[in-house]
Amino acid sequence: MSSTAILQVEHLSKHFGGLAALNDVSVQVERGARQAIIGPNGAGKSTLFNLIAGELVPTKGQVYLQGRDVTALPVHTRANFGLGRTFQRNNLFFGLSAFENVRLAVQHRRRLNRELFRAADKNDLLTRESHGLLQRVGLGERADQIVRTLAYGEQRALEIALALATEPQMLLLDEPTAGMSPAETTQMVRLIESLPRALTLLVVEHDMDVVFSLADRITVLHYGQIIADGKPNAVRANPLVQEIYLGVQT
Amino acid sequence: MSLDTFTIQLLNGLVTSMLLFVMAVGLALIFGLMDVINLTHGAFYLLGGYIGLTLVRALGNFWLALLVAPLVVGALGLVIEYFFLRRLYGRGRHLEQVLFTFGFALIVIDLTRWYWGAFVESVPEPVELSGQVQLLFIQFPIYRLAIIFSGLALALVLWLFIERTRLGAIIRAGVSDAQMVSGLGINIQQVFAFVFALGTALAGLAGVIGAPVFHLYPGLDSEILILALVVVVIGGLGTLKGAFLGSLLIGLADTFGKALIPEFSRFLIFAVMAAILLVRPAGLFGLSEG
Amino acid sequence: MATITAQLNNAQLWLLRNRKWTVVALLLLALIFPLLVRFRILNAYSLSLAIDVLIYAIFAMSLDLLLGYTGLISFGHAAFFGLGAYILAYLSTRLTSNLLLTVPLVLLGTALAALVIGFFAVRTRGIYFLMVTLAFGQMLFSIAISWSSVTGGSDGLTGVPNPSLGLGPLNLAIDTRENFYFFTLAIFLISFWLLRRIVNSPFGWTLRGIRENDARLRALGVNTFRFKLAAFVVGGAFAGLAGLLQAHSASIASPENLYWTTSGQVMIMLLVGGAGTLTGPLLGAATVRLLQNFASTRTERWETLMGLVFIAFVLFLRGGLISLLRPRTTAETSRAQEII
Repeated sequence: MSSTAILQVEHLSKHFGGLAALNDVSVQVERGARQAIIGPNGAGKSTLFNLIAGELVPTKGQVYLQGRDVTALPVHTRANFGLGRTFQRNNLFFGLSAFENVRLAVQHRRRLNRELFRAADKNDLLTRESHGLLQRVGLGERADQIVRTLAYGEQRALEIALALATEPQMLLLDEPTAGMSPAETTQMVRLIESLPRALTLLVVEHDMDVVFSLADRITVLHYGQIIADGKPNAVRANPLVQEIYLGVQT
Repeated sequence: MSLDTFTIQLLNGLVTSMLLFVMAVGLALIFGLMDVINLTHGAFYLLGGYIGLTLVRALGNFWLALLVAPLVVGALGLVIEYFFLRRLYGRGRHLEQVLFTFGFALIVIDLTRWYWGAFVESVPEPVELSGQVQLLFIQFPIYRLAIIFSGLALALVLWLFIERTRLGAIIRAGVSDAQMVSGLGINIQQVFAFVFALGTALAGLAGVIGAPVFHLYPGLDSEILILALVVVVIGGLGTLKGAFLGSLLIGLADTFGKALIPEFSRFLIFAVMAAILLVRPAGLFGLSEG
Repeated sequence: MATITAQLNNAQLWLLRNRKWTVVALLLLALIFPLLVRFRILNAYSLSLAIDVLIYAIFAMSLDLLLGYTGLISFGHAAFFGLGAYILAYLSTRLTSNLLLTVPLVLLGTALAALVIGFFAVRTRGIYFLMVTLAFGQMLFSIAISWSSVTGGSDGLTGVPNPSLGLGPLNLAIDTRENFYFFTLAIFLISFWLLRRIVNSPFGWTLRGIRENDARLRALGVNTFRFKLAAFVVGGAFAGLAGLLQAHSASIASPENLYWTTSGQVMIMLLVGGAGTLTGPLLGAATVRLLQNFASTRTERWETLMGLVFIAFVLFLRGGLISLLRPRTTAETSRAQEII
């Protein structure tokens, strides 16, 4: 096992009933990489993400996080091993304010969750850090607004803030620009580009412009199998990829 | 326990099981399709039994009571669904639905106590089915045997209805995804109303059938409701199969528990439930959430 | 109609602005309440009624921690109320009614029972959780009914003596209704204060996070099972405390304390008062108990009447009474909501 790999997926398969959503997939993500997974709808990208995050249990195969076999571990344990994620559909604490959303994540990382008697409001460290994160994703002005009433793009940004708040070493971004306007997309790409280089990114994305501007490595999934894997230019030049995927896109 | 008593207890267990099935299957269907826990279900059981009692006394005919009482209770169910419960459908409103059916249970129970009193009443079994029958080496009441067979028959009829008819197919589809069904241009509201009425009618039916064996008294409503809830919990999300097997399990556990450890018979039932929950948190046939 | 709404809004704003004074006035009223009884302005029964309201307010607050804050709809909360009453009754009739001993033991016993029941119940979700808690609650009820050598069967455990507060030679007997009122008031205020600290702490916010989105919290790394179990245990212990007071107040631990209609009744209190706040339960407990008292002295069919009132609340006043005392929920006032 390579010591530089932060994530290693080995011979992963997932069957739903008789249907194979993922078939013998092996992927390796190097520490500090910005890797994208692309593929047409139903290629198994979401399944792969959910298997990595622990939302699903694989039929076969193993997932290693920082060299540790996490295949049998639940979602929250994997998160505590440094795996953060955002969701394809906004998945937030909709009845709480933006600030309170981020604070939930910060207080977990700060191990303050078990603090029973001191008011969360009175903890300056919590407050400062949560506001800082909101500012970082451009939501400083929206701190006290209930999330349900935020604009869609703002909710997308809050997804990122939540994921960053746990200070992950690796971040799974599930279609970060899904449903966004071109202007919002540009902002989001800028936000993702501004993330520290030490943070490993694994992105599922449909927008090819976004993929090619962000990723230094691309993995192509098709019908639950990997058909190409390499540098963006090499993948772009791959005739098989052009035929079945990029050809469809243009 | 000798073979004789074992056999008798086994048969008695089946009697309880089948009665529970008639009761629980309505609860399970309503739960599965409409995502509503109907806490009035026990009160409907008792009401059915009491109406049956009055009819038998007035007309002297058990069979007519068996037919009419469930219809009356089912009609009441329809009224409740149509005028009230319908306003409370929707996600995140479980609490309101539950408290609504709880409030209604209080009313029904209070009114039955008012009209029929607080004493233990019993419906005489029909003359045609009175007496005992010789089964190999034991004697067993004919009426109880009839309960077992009618429970099995009802299970079969319901199974055919759910699996083989168009309405049954709609209900099956609705259990897995009610929104999709209404997307197909089917009036899901009407299906809900029908299933709710059917479920309550079945509770009323169970009340009449059970009255000659288990009698009628205030408090029986919650005893039977809790048993039926445990059946649904064990069986899992709104399936006929789950309700049937859950009923068998609980009916037998209850009967043998009462014979073997009378002080803790109920404890046995909940121990069974806890054990099943530990292994399958969504019940035997429930879909475990990913 | 418009003017009524405007006046209501004015009243809400006034309450919001003068929160501190409202609280002080209510506290004063609570403190001089026994005087009103002593000087025959109110009849003696109203003191018992006030005790009753306070006990049920603690009980309702304890359920609110689960239901309103964590989003766990428990329909078996009477299990811990009743268990608290039974433990107290058992201890005080056979061992001692010294609160310094009985309170810790009741808290320990109910917390332990909540830990065991919660261990099974908390792994289920939504309406399933409701059914499982209801079933476990009835399990305790049937044990209380059938295990008569210990529980007194359907009669319950009778002859519960008055409590005392003893430390060595100093033994304070709480033997008058008035003293018991003050004792109950003190327990209520302590419970309110403790629960307020808890719901405003990071732990309390984690519980709200579970209510809002359990799965998201897990993706952030929080083991939500443990937090739900912890909430269940804390809620169970406070319900047990209310049960202890109930047994002393009524001189009996009865199976009815454990019955599912008691669970239903306390849920109704939350619905009437407003869940997810700490004043809502007090408001709900007061409304329901006073209404019940009023109805039962006037009609034999008071349970029917109560059922109708409950249904009316479910159908027409979703946010409970507390929503009338507050301005409409907007982003600006939602912070104020948590504090009141």
